[in-house]
Amino acid sequence: VTQATIAVDVARYRPEQDAEPNFQRFEVPVHKDWTVLDALNHVKDTKDGSVSFRWSCRMGVCGSCGMKVNGEAKLTCGTFLTDYLPGPVRVEPLDYFPVIRDLVVDITDFMTKLKKVKPWIVRRDATAGDGEYLQTPDQLDAYKQFSMCINCLLCYSACPIYGLEPTFLGPAAIALAQRYNRDSRDQGAAERLSLLSGHDGMWACTFVGECSKVCPKNVDPAGAIQQYKLAGAAHWFRRLLLPGGSR
Amino acid sequence: MSSDARYTVYHPKWYRRPVSVWWWLKKASYTRFVARELTSLAVAYFALLMLWHAWAVGRGPEAYARFAEWMATPLFVVSNVLALGGVLFHALTWFHLAPKAMAVRLRGRRVPDWAVTGGNYLAWVVASAVVAYVVLGAGR
Repeated sequence: VTQATIAVDVARYRPEQDAEPNFQRFEVPVHKDWTVLDALNHVKDTKDGSVSFRWSCRMGVCGSCGMKVNGEAKLTCGTFLTDYLPGPVRVEPLDYFPVIRDLVVDITDFMTKLKKVKPWIVRRDATAGDGEYLQTPDQLDAYKQFSMCINCLLCYSACPIYGLEPTFLGPAAIALAQRYNRDSRDQGAAERLSLLSGHDGMWACTFVGECSKVCPKNVDPAGAIQQYKLAGAAHWFRRLLLPGGSR
Repeated sequence: MSSDARYTVYHPKWYRRPVSVWWWLKKASYTRFVARELTSLAVAYFALLMLWHAWAVGRGPEAYARFAEWMATPLFVVSNVLALGGVLFHALTWFHLAPKAMAVRLRGRRVPDWAVTGGNYLAWVVASAVVAYVVLGAGR
């Protein structure tokens, strides 16, 4: 299929004049190497400078340009226009986060939750000047996959549980908790478990599995959460059967 | 800023899209997910049926005959066939999800997904063979 332009329907929400979002259509030239993000930048440069969206690296590393493209949560910098011929392409903000303007959402909720899971190495026995903690390639392998998360929040947009229960910690936050739990240098698993086994933690997840499908980094948050459930249940049984057996 | 996701203070103009009651019809994968969750009712149905069955066996031949009579009625034949379909769908979808939950590591390597799924299928075949042996063997 060769066509010169493609229609891009951009969700617009201008809080000073709109009661709710509506779509504005722009005709954008089709180039083989143009992504949806390129199309948005083209619109902003040449057609309507007021179109608002977030982006930074254009190469799938920063996690800023997550949006819904034809209903699917995508990193727009890695989503090519040619895959949507003949069009139109519908670009919307990520689901379940409040929309500030056009395609820009407020992610404060995620940032608050992320901090709660202590996404850093917790040491109980550390003193300054102890030097580095050594780690074997196998030990690195145990958590590396989960460390690839770029906080793009596509998984939240794909998670109906988060939409229905906004207090749910959500896929990325739990996967990142698991990233530190599985790190051989970390000693904070018990602290995280008390939060993650709570009402808004891993048990709120009913394993829809969409988070892993949309993840651009193959983090597999759904897998992380189910594995965490297994570990959490095992921990509970150990504590039940062996008094003082909790690690 | 408030940590309650439902309400963000000071920003009344931010747009919050309500979640439709029909969200699970918007994507085939969401519909499959809801179907998987709903078919757990079929599992519960068979569990209750089994309790009834065991109770009838315990009460003696007449009670068991009455149970068998009930099971032969069109109502139970139809609902059992439907429930069997539901249970199969439920079990098979979980077989295919099992590798995600079970990251088994053997000799430093993660056991491939097909092996975990295959293990579930194998266990199913073995269990079915044992049941068939007992049922058919006892009939002779």
